[in-house]
Amino acid sequence: MDGAISVWMDVGQLDDIPRLGSRVVTTPAIDIALFRTADDRVFALHDRCPHKAGRLSQGIVHSESVTCPLHNWVIGLADGQAKEPDEGCARTVPVRLEDRRILLAVGGA
Amino acid sequence: MNMIAPRRSRLILVGNGMAGVRALEEILSRAPHEFSITVFGAEPHGNYNRIMLSPVLAGEKTFEAITTHPRSWYEENGIELITGEQVVGIDRVAKTVTGELGTTRPYDMLLLATGSNPVIIPVPGHKLSGVIGFRDIADVDTMLAASKSGKHAVVIGGGLLGLEAANGLARNGMDTTVLHLMPTLMERQLDPVSAELLKADLGSRGIKVITEANTKAILGDERVEGVELADGTRLAADIVVMAAGIRPNIALAKECGLACGRGVRVDDGMLTSDPAIYAVGECVEHRGAVFGLVAPLYEMAKIVADRVTQTADSDYVPAVTGTRLKVTGIDMFSAGDFMGDENTDDVVFRDAARGVHKKLVIRDEKLIGAVLYGEARDSAWYFDLIRNGTDISALRDTLVFGPAAGTGGEALGVEALPDTAEICGCNGVSKGTILTAISKFKLATVDQVRSRTKASASCGSCTCQVESLLAHALGGDYDATPKVKAVCKCTTVGHDTVRKAILAQKLKTIPAVMQAMGWTTPDGCASCRPALNYYLLCAWPGEYVDDSRSRFVNERMHANIQKDGTHSVVPRMWGGVTTSAELRAIADVVDRHQIPTVKVTGGQRIDLLGVRKEQLPEVWRDLNAAGMVSGHAYGKALRTVKTCVGSEWCRFGTQDSTGMGIALEKMTWGSWTPHKTKMAVSGCPRNCAEATIKDFGVIATESGWDLYVGGNGGIKVRVTDLLAKVTTEDEVLEYAAAFMQVYREEAWYLERTAPWVERVGIDYVRARLSDASGRKLLQGRFVEDQRYAQADPWAERAAGTDAHEFRALATVE
Ligand code: SRM
Ligand SMILES: Cc1cc2nc3c(=O)[nH]c(=O)nc-3n(C[C@H](O)[C@H](O)[C@H](O)COP(=O)(O)OP(=O)(O)OC[C@H]3O[C@@H](n4cnc5c(N)ncnc54)[C@H](O)[C@@H]3O)c2cc1C
Ligand code: SF4
Ligand code: FES
Repeated sequence: MDGAISVWMDVGQLDDIPRLGSRVVTTPAIDIALFRTADDRVFALHDRCPHKAGRLSQGIVHSESVTCPLHNWVIGLADGQAKEPDEGCARTVPVRLEDRRILLAVGGA
Repeated sequence: MNMIAPRRSRLILVGNGMAGVRALEEILSRAPHEFSITVFGAEPHGNYNRIMLSPVLAGEKTFEAITTHPRSWYEENGIELITGEQVVGIDRVAKTVTGELGTTRPYDMLLLATGSNPVIIPVPGHKLSGVIGFRDIADVDTMLAASKSGKHAVVIGGGLLGLEAANGLARNGMDTTVLHLMPTLMERQLDPVSAELLKADLGSRGIKVITEANTKAILGDERVEGVELADGTRLAADIVVMAAGIRPNIALAKECGLACGRGVRVDDGMLTSDPAIYAVGECVEHRGAVFGLVAPLYEMAKIVADRVTQTADSDYVPAVTGTRLKVTGIDMFSAGDFMGDENTDDVVFRDAARGVHKKLVIRDEKLIGAVLYGEARDSAWYFDLIRNGTDISALRDTLVFGPAAGTGGEALGVEALPDTAEICGCNGVSKGTILTAISKFKLATVDQVRSRTKASASCGSCTCQVESLLAHALGGDYDATPKVKAVCKCTTVGHDTVRKAILAQKLKTIPAVMQAMGWTTPDGCASCRPALNYYLLCAWPGEYVDDSRSRFVNERMHANIQKDGTHSVVPRMWGGVTTSAELRAIADVVDRHQIPTVKVTGGQRIDLLGVRKEQLPEVWRDLNAAGMVSGHAYGKALRTVKTCVGSEWCRFGTQDSTGMGIALEKMTWGSWTPHKTKMAVSGCPRNCAEATIKDFGVIATESGWDLYVGGNGGIKVRVTDLLAKVTTEDEVLEYAAAFMQVYREEAWYLERTAPWVERVGIDYVRARLSDASGRKLLQGRFVEDQRYAQADPWAERAAGTDAHEFRALATVE
């Protein structure tokens, strides 16, 4: 999707993701993990931990972070940054909510 | 007019290792704002506890766990950290240092702490790839990689480092040989008798030792393939570790013209021949001596800090050091002059059967050296006698029996030591210092003592003594005030407090607990949420609704996640018994779903590996159809009940251990526990089911069953304690249920039965279960709980529960 023009794609509704939970949107290039916080905000990251590619969608979500299931790195949902003392970054994907519908930026034509 | 702020003095540390960083800590504690500090380190990390590389290699600790100063520490202290760049030049006239990548920084004061390098013996082939020293984490990574791809390891050098390397390589499954030039191992620390015991102990761990081995050449084309000895012997080798000594790293100091001998020469104030340059650590030479253990280096760090901050004109005074080998399960200590001469007397104690040997060397009624092998718990006491030059004439008769001798009572531990006795050898912390800190800062846990005094913060071998000191200092309070280990960083309250509050205040949801107990985060973290979820589930069976969002992925998916994101599926195989129909059904499932790997587990059942998330419900449905249910191989739950063939078939079997195991598994499956729980039943004391390293182990006897608890294989092996001897199968079930329930109700989350039994004491557990009515009550609660717990999670999910877990939300083409 790199470099391509993004379009907003409707991928589902807010309640499809449990609070403090995650769902995955698959794309030809990579899986994207969507997260829902306790206060109903939604974030999207590439579903690959910067450490050893653990699936962040399978982690435990807390506040604005997710803990990777493989070795417990804590990744910020908003910026994809690993929290101290770890270093690394998961790619973020723009996502927004419109009337409880989830719109995800995906590479267009 | 411009205000001219006084410029802070610029301090540069070259060498981001144990001595240098300790010196910075000491400097910051005396004068936090005096210097603007830059650190150059050739290694690419913050600072770590180099001593602990051995446990990392042996798989007992992770690199994260031994990191003492992460990057954040440097940031918090305003220190500029330049890693991965070796300093290659010091310009003493311009007062600048320059790194290999060209980074240059000016200094007012320079501190060299470049450590030492392993000696690589220049035999032919020493430059082949696969020939390494044992000094830093990169070496450990190389050894771990070699253990994955190769089979044979050779370690050259049978001293402390070599043996710790050999132990680690062997623990990683390598066929390991130690080559030692001298006739006995660790000849600088051990007398020949202990050295022989050590050799035998290593042999029993599968480590071969060849003494008087003169390495002639290392063989191989590009990579090492073998080692040849002077007598013609050839050994295969995929890796060769040279642990033949260390040499102070003085290249940089020499190049800029500082006075050097074997090391960088320093005076008593750690100053080099240049008045602006100090040096500490293994790179120095002080009064002709060089160093190889941390205790003296930490002492140097204090001296240098006193000097550069001008706090005191203290001088470094060499002291006796003691050595311990960090090989789990081998207890040894050595200090001072342990060989003796014509003017000394030896006192020797030997109990060959127990593998214990103690040798004390006495001159002029003073203890001047000691070697303790096989039992070193009195080492601090002896070490103190040596260091203080105490007159031991009054003690001489019983000296070899330790401080407890002659008192006629219980073995005396740390209480018997004088306040000056050193408890932590690495950090030079005395008993008095620890006791003062405990009372002054009201310390209640080992962690608190560690961060306040540094006692037990380096090699960790004195942790037990620190614990005893705490117990002794707090007296009755120690047990009454349990060590408050906070559940996690979101709170200060401990597990017991939370568990009590859940019951007393009738807290029934995770947010309710967090609110009542003042959690500092809105929805906890990945440590506390699973703990609270379990505590609530245990407290309110049938009522609390499990929160799958607070379950670790394996428990949420009811399958173990693998490193590639696929899952493994382990169906229950009751007591390890199966049938042709079950095996056929498993075979069909494997074919139908094209499951790549089928493996027999260490728990007597079959693992299907490499199942994709979306396949899971289908795989489970097919297994369910053949009557198989989840084996909970992923859960903090009842895992397996291993059995042996027992009286049904075995010529030695005294009871039907297989049937007993199946009955236990039928009763306990599905139960959630603080950590995983494993059982085993053996049909006779030959114990083929390994019941004595299980959480609950049963061994059949002629007259009934012996019940054992608190065993653990895994990382830290612990043998069970005997709980009770019973005669009927019903009693076995009753005790098992009651034991599980006390553990479920009282242990901390992620505490297995072994550490739990150690924490509360086996006597407590026996007492809770010895009274018949109490036992029945516990059993009742367990059985009640199982009414809700024994629902096969696979069947539920195959029928549609949590379907969203297994499906993508959307697919973008
Ligand atoms: C599959 C199996 C290895 C095998 O192929 O044989 C296995 C696999 C894992 N073990 Fe194990 N252990 C397996 C038997 C054992 C045994 C042997 C036994 O049970 O008799 C032990 C030592 C006995 C003991 O527990 O005391 C064992 C001690 C551990 C430990 C160390 C526990 C400890 O207290 O020190 C861990 C780490 C942990 O739990 O934190 C662990 C963790 C793991 C994990 C869950 C690692 C992880 O977090 O992913 C592995 C999951 C792999 C997977 O996806 O299936 N495994 N593990 C065995 C499954 C048995 C079963 O049928 O359920
Ligand atoms: C496996 C192992 C086990 C051990 N076990 C024990 C034990 O049980 N008890 C005990 O007391 N001691 C033990 N030791 C010894 C102990 O670790 C050392 O005494 C201690 O680390 C020395 O500290 P140091 O700061 O002098 O050197 P180091 O800790 O080695 O630090 C020196 C640092 O300087 C860096 N450096 C060197 N030159 C440059 C340069 N030109 N520019 C930038 N950086 C540079 C190096 O990369 C290194 O990181 C053990 C050592 C090892 C390797
Ligand atoms: S299965 Fe167990 S022993 Fe094997 S690699 Fe995994 S955790 Fe280690
Ligand atoms: S892969 Fe995420 S922490 Fe290791």
